[in-house]
Amino acid sequence: MNLNFFFEVLIGGLLSGVMYALVAIGFVLIYKASGVFNFAQGAMVFFAALTCVGMVDQFGLSLWLAVPLTIVVMIVLGIAIERMVLRPLVNQPEITLFMATIGLAFFIEGLAQLVWGAQVHKLELPIEDVPSEYLMEKFNILVSQFDIMAACVCALLVTSLALLFAKTKVGRALRAVADDHQAALAVGIPLQRIWAVLWAVAGLVALVAGMLWGARNGVQFALTFVALKALPVLILGGFTSMPGAIVGGLIIGASEKMAEVYIGPLVGGGIEGWFPYVLALLFLLVRPEGLFGEKIIRRI
Amino acid sequence: MTKEAIMLMNEPDNRFDAAANEPSGRKTGPVILDMQNISLSFGGVRALTDISFNVKQHEIRAIIGPNGAGKSSMLNVINGVYRPQQGEIIYRGQHRRNMDCYTAAKSGIARTFQNIALFKGMTVLDNIMTGRNLKMKSNFLMQALYWGPARREEIEHRVKAEEIIDFLEIQAIRKTPVGRLPYGLQKRVELGRALAAEPEILLLDEPMAGMNVEEKQDMCRFILDVNDQFGTTIVLIEHDMGVVMDISDRVVVLDYGKKIGDGTPDEVRTNQDVINAYLGVAE
Repeated sequence: MNLNFFFEVLIGGLLSGVMYALVAIGFVLIYKASGVFNFAQGAMVFFAALTCVGMVDQFGLSLWLAVPLTIVVMIVLGIAIERMVLRPLVNQPEITLFMATIGLAFFIEGLAQLVWGAQVHKLELPIEDVPSEYLMEKFNILVSQFDIMAACVCALLVTSLALLFAKTKVGRALRAVADDHQAALAVGIPLQRIWAVLWAVAGLVALVAGMLWGARNGVQFALTFVALKALPVLILGGFTSMPGAIVGGLIIGASEKMAEVYIGPLVGGGIEGWFPYVLALLFLLVRPEGLFGEKIIRRI
Repeated sequence: MTKEAIMLMNEPDNRFDAAANEPSGRKTGPVILDMQNISLSFGGVRALTDISFNVKQHEIRAIIGPNGAGKSSMLNVINGVYRPQQGEIIYRGQHRRNMDCYTAAKSGIARTFQNIALFKGMTVLDNIMTGRNLKMKSNFLMQALYWGPARREEIEHRVKAEEIIDFLEIQAIRKTPVGRLPYGLQKRVELGRALAAEPEILLLDEPMAGMNVEEKQDMCRFILDVNDQFGTTIVLIEHDMGVVMDISDRVVVLDYGKKIGDGTPDEVRTNQDVINAYLGVAE
């Protein structure tokens, strides 16, 4: 077995796992603060990327101007979602909120295409998707420098978000809101404000994910399906854990590439597509709350 | 309500030692909360009809009545969960059409719920710390970095939380996730979270429901101690007549959303309307 090749596959897998993690973080954010799986996260990734590219392509703005503008758009979107969708649903069961996010997903997908059109856009980031020369010369392995940059961005995002959740009153308030709306309101947690902030942050995460994925695969409707890839990541890492999303992403990324390369030939290939789901399924049997998720407590 | 309930209302009850030792005629201050002509309806259902009553500083005020009388609705009006269609709330001299939850919490109204509303996945300590959320001042960024003043503040509040844990005698469970605790202890933690806000008025919705006698005794003792030591005004809903008659200074009686009695426990227990409501009128 070629060791260099092994490492190439491993590192490539880990780095693509980072990309999954990036999407998963968006889910974790919303889940932590409302106990709801946000079905619209994929749509938000698509919306954010398309808005950014749309501004570049149709208005001829530079990327450096389009990104801050998109950030503003995502914040406005987050506030609007809280006002129009979530606020009337305070104190409703989680399944109601979940159904609302399904509706939201279709709305956002539709809105994005209505405004910017449905054709595939090309997104040019200032960093190219080519193997890093430094690593090639030094260790003789091929690793895309784009992937490395994605990993750095992801690390930065996760560190700041994890810090926010871990020890602050904001983090505690978020967990409280997820557990019980009524009680949270009664202790004076400004539920509405917290939701608005959170959806805005989820929008920013979606933008980052959307731009990285969009730069690789083109900005198109298929971006909404990236969300499906985040599912096994979430099951593995736990829906409530930021670090869990990262570790889950890394495991999924690495294992699917490994499986494809080393088990694939034995069964005729094409493993990559379904392997993560099987892994997640097996994992559910052993540890339904995920690696880092909050323990599920039931009193009988 | 059964005959026993009425018997309890009429006989002095010595099950609760702490209560029995309490000297009658505690000092109460001026009116702190005045509910005026409150009416609340949901669609065609009238939950509360033209109810007025007041709460004086430092008193223990009970709201009683048969099931569905509107007691919980009343508490929900006080802390802003429901907005009454008519009436006015005067709290600490400020006139309000209605409360909202945030303002209520901010201005010193804390509460517990009939069906415990705790943050089940969080530990006892974290639950109590959420009660202090409004008291924490340092900003987002400093908190995120857990740095300097933010750190000092966190420690300060932690000290306060520990005081409450000591007070309620729940030291042993401070790191236990609340969902794992038995019912009686959960009720105690919920009281702790409300106390953590250092409230002016504490609203307790059936603090003793589903408890055994020892747990009720403990809870009674805590309520009286809170009232006594912290000077907290307490408004409580309770079905155990023995408890209500023993610990409260004044009692409001509701039935079908209307006020049918108001006064000291003695006055209420001899009020014919109240007896009728509980026992039914002889035809």
